[in-house]
Amino acid sequence: MTQTDQTLLTLPMRRRDWCTGLVASITAVPALAQFRVEISGVGATQIPVAVARFRDDDKAAPSLGVASAIIRADLERSGQFRLLDVSQVIEETGQPSMSEWRAKGADALAGGSVSRLADGRLDVRYKLWDVVKGQDLGGQSLAVPLADMRLAAHRVADVIYERFTGDKGVFSTRIAFVVRAGSRYTLRIADADGEGGQVALSSPDPIISPAWSPDGRQLAYVSFESQKAVVWVQDVSSGARRALANFRGSNSAPAWSPDGRQLALTLSREGGSQLFLMASEGGTPRRLTQSNAIDTEAAWSPDGKSIVFVSDRGGGPQVYRIAASGGEPQRLTFSGSYNISPALSPDGKAMAYVSRLAGGAFRLHLMDLASGTVTALTDTNDDESPSFAPNGKLIIYASRAQGRDVLMTTTLDGRIKARLLSTGADVREPVWGPFNR
Amino acid sequence: MTTIKLASLALLLLAAACSTPVPLENKSDVPVETRSGTPAGATGAAGQGAAAQSEVKTVDLNAAQANAAARVVFFDFDSFAIRDDGRPVIDAEAKRLLAARAKRISIEGHTDERGGREYNLALGQKRAEAVAKALALLGVNDNQVEAVSFGKERPAVQGSDEAAWAKNRRAELKDK
Repeated sequence: MTQTDQTLLTLPMRRRDWCTGLVASITAVPALAQFRVEISGVGATQIPVAVARFRDDDKAAPSLGVASAIIRADLERSGQFRLLDVSQVIEETGQPSMSEWRAKGADALAGGSVSRLADGRLDVRYKLWDVVKGQDLGGQSLAVPLADMRLAAHRVADVIYERFTGDKGVFSTRIAFVVRAGSRYTLRIADADGEGGQVALSSPDPIISPAWSPDGRQLAYVSFESQKAVVWVQDVSSGARRALANFRGSNSAPAWSPDGRQLALTLSREGGSQLFLMASEGGTPRRLTQSNAIDTEAAWSPDGKSIVFVSDRGGGPQVYRIAASGGEPQRLTFSGSYNISPALSPDGKAMAYVSRLAGGAFRLHLMDLASGTVTALTDTNDDESPSFAPNGKLIIYASRAQGRDVLMTTTLDGRIKARLLSTGADVREPVWGPFNR
Repeated sequence: MTTIKLASLALLLLAAACSTPVPLENKSDVPVETRSGTPAGATGAAGQGAAAQSEVKTVDLNAAQANAAARVVFFDFDSFAIRDDGRPVIDAEAKRLLAARAKRISIEGHTDERGGREYNLALGQKRAEAVAKALALLGVNDNQVEAVSFGKERPAVQGSDEAAWAKNRRAELKDK
């Protein structure tokens, strides 16, 4: 840890005002709340951590939430931590007794404060203690615009996560998803915990298959606004958008290459649904697959050398892999008659996909690509659209609960699941953004 | 009268705000009931939503009536084979298109709600292309027909039973 006490770190200002006019024009805004942990499996090794109340964190930006509660919820949802019940306030300048916290069973302790700066910004300060070693691990001061209070709390959670697990945290990343409320479709971008949602696109026609560019600045998606499937690319911060693929027939399933220079797409311009590659600036698509069957749902390997996709060339839909330069595809899934929507983990070692079971349930599965071992991650019946968190430790996917489309996250062992609570709307097509936001 | 003028103006503004104009004539094909009570909003001009609050949806009764007599071909589960009950619809459509070579139509393929969105989009495309092929065999020019798909995104009826699914596995023939 090189951070010294009270280092001033100013987060970059993000433009939050670009879509406020649009938000105001939508009357039926569904209520979305935070992801809440629903199923917490036993037996998982979890680090016991105490996040104390930060001084004044309930007064600083009450409409946006309480910083210490946001940090606690983040850590809990990751499945890596067990949160101790703490109600007392500990400031970053405090001198908590390590032996006392050791007796309470905490391995780690965090405290801090939130205050308003003269210029209106918030100063979110924290300090971490390694209770086992009795060590002060230092802290930071995050000066952020008021609207970024949640982001500052997520950054604190990221620091705690990385310090104690060795992996980068994803709490300050973003997710994109589609909300259908009545006959209205909105493409939304929210914090990884489901909060702070903003509307990127609002339409009376369906929107499906959003995909983040690797730099986190653009979203590709399929919109039916011209009464057919067209692939659009939209700049997230400015709202500027262009039709990337609007060829005869249907244009769908965009997937950015890891270097962001090209996209794999499903086009029916030559008859049938086949995979094509296209430069991200546009131009002439190059056909990748040659079959008389359906080839769709491309997903790139992290090294950009191969693409997994769904094809029914063998009868039912199965997942195949093809070199990005073309060639003969190899089949990857063999159990089950219907396997779709593959997503590859950031390290390229695992593949999440949806498999239809004999009884008709569509369930999220994970395959270890080296061994071919497959594990069912859920016991639900309508799972769709898995997407890995950029650190590879969580998967976000769509499912159904109480007659609604809902978003879920799960750990890779399936033990800990959280659900994005929503009322009066169907929430679907989730995709996790990159570390850059 | 003023309302209509305002509506046209709003639609023009909306079209201008989009980088690609939305073909407005297609919009009137959408069933009326799915539009009632739709809150005003931009079709797609995110971030340029100034005109969005003025959007007015025109209800065209002629289009609504045309839609009531929709030309629809139904399909069996997991199939894109044209059934016998679809033949008269295709024959009548071919006759119409052969008589008017300038006429162009969209064939929209649809699926039931089961399965993935993208895979269903491709299945719906297969159904639309099967109808397009049948029309071509009857002499209709390729350029008169565009096969597209909505997958499971726009069901004709709501419901999660075979009765609803059977009505949703279809191809709709629509004038452009």
